[in-house]
Amino acid sequence: MSNDKVTTQRSENPFMKYLRKDRLPHIFCAGCGNGTALNTFFRGMEAAKIDFDNIAMVSGIGCSSRIPGYVKCDSLHTAHGRAISFATGLKMGNPNLDVVVFTGDGDAAAIGGNHLIHAARRNINLTVICINNNIYGMTGGQISPTSPKGSFGSTAPYGSIDKPFDLAELVVAAGGSYVSRWTAIHGLQLANSIKKALNNNGFSFVEVVSQCPTYFGRRNKLRTPVEMIKAFKENSIVKKKADKMDQEELIGKIIVGEFVNNPRPEFSENICKLSEEKCGKVQLVKSAYLNEF
Amino acid sequence: MIIVNPDLCKGCDICIESCPRHVYAKSEKLNKKGVYLPYLDNEKKCRKCHLCELLCPDQAITVEEEDD
Repeated sequence: MSNDKVTTQRSENPFMKYLRKDRLPHIFCAGCGNGTALNTFFRGMEAAKIDFDNIAMVSGIGCSSRIPGYVKCDSLHTAHGRAISFATGLKMGNPNLDVVVFTGDGDAAAIGGNHLIHAARRNINLTVICINNNIYGMTGGQISPTSPKGSFGSTAPYGSIDKPFDLAELVVAAGGSYVSRWTAIHGLQLANSIKKALNNNGFSFVEVVSQCPTYFGRRNKLRTPVEMIKAFKENSIVKKKADKMDQEELIGKIIVGEFVNNPRPEFSENICKLSEEKCGKVQLVKSAYLNEF
Repeated sequence: MIIVNPDLCKGCDICIESCPRHVYAKSEKLNKKGVYLPYLDNEKKCRKCHLCELLCPDQAITVEEEDD
């Protein structure tokens, strides 16, 4: 019968060497986009030729913020919404680290919105991967700031009436130097985008529009992961094409692609340069205790 | 050769949907974890694009390059 054809495990998945095998299978629901985002991050990291030991992952609270717990690297699980602030401190403490922030839409856009726009304004060299599933998945399906207008959630039984945040455009306006958005079904494009984000010296923001069949899908007539990814395939439009279309045609569509790639002076380098000019040292660690300062 | 790890697969069917050459199909029997595992319907059609490996949220799929 059909089940007999499924062979037992002989060789390993190529991404398994980065994962904590004793913790698998992970906690995410069947078909959740977080696992795909994790795979594409590894693919992008391999393509960017970044040393895995030099990566530090920071996350806040939420489903997507559980990702660093499954990765065999230094990780920091922080307070709700404050992942980018902790990452800023980590980057300033050790500017040689490649700091990657895994965050969700509730974490980055709702409670940590202020930290997100100010990190983008300063252009600090972080790679923020925001997994946007349009709903608060961990707490039971409440409407988040990125839920599309008219979508249902446990706090919006008659449909959300507010205009959602366009996170990629928000970060472009705040001054991020690399911003892109893809959905979880655009695996190769997403991996390429993460590669560019990791290599970019400045604030890089990659928004991954992800499926949440358990809470978003169940209340919005997209009950299975397959229905959700079909909806993403149908509704996503590449940015170059979307620029030529009218606003009315774009209602309900997901604009994907690279929004900006415009490197500019980076925050930690500027601070180190200033410190070297004024005090002769690149970094002033515990400067209050130094006699000559 | 394609290997689906039955301990990790949660039966989300994303591989069945996303494979461009329709290599996978859904099995009819539940396994001991209550999951309808995907099985290889047309393994000869596979062109080793590794897309299923990348899109599988549970890191359950391994696509091996054959040395012949």
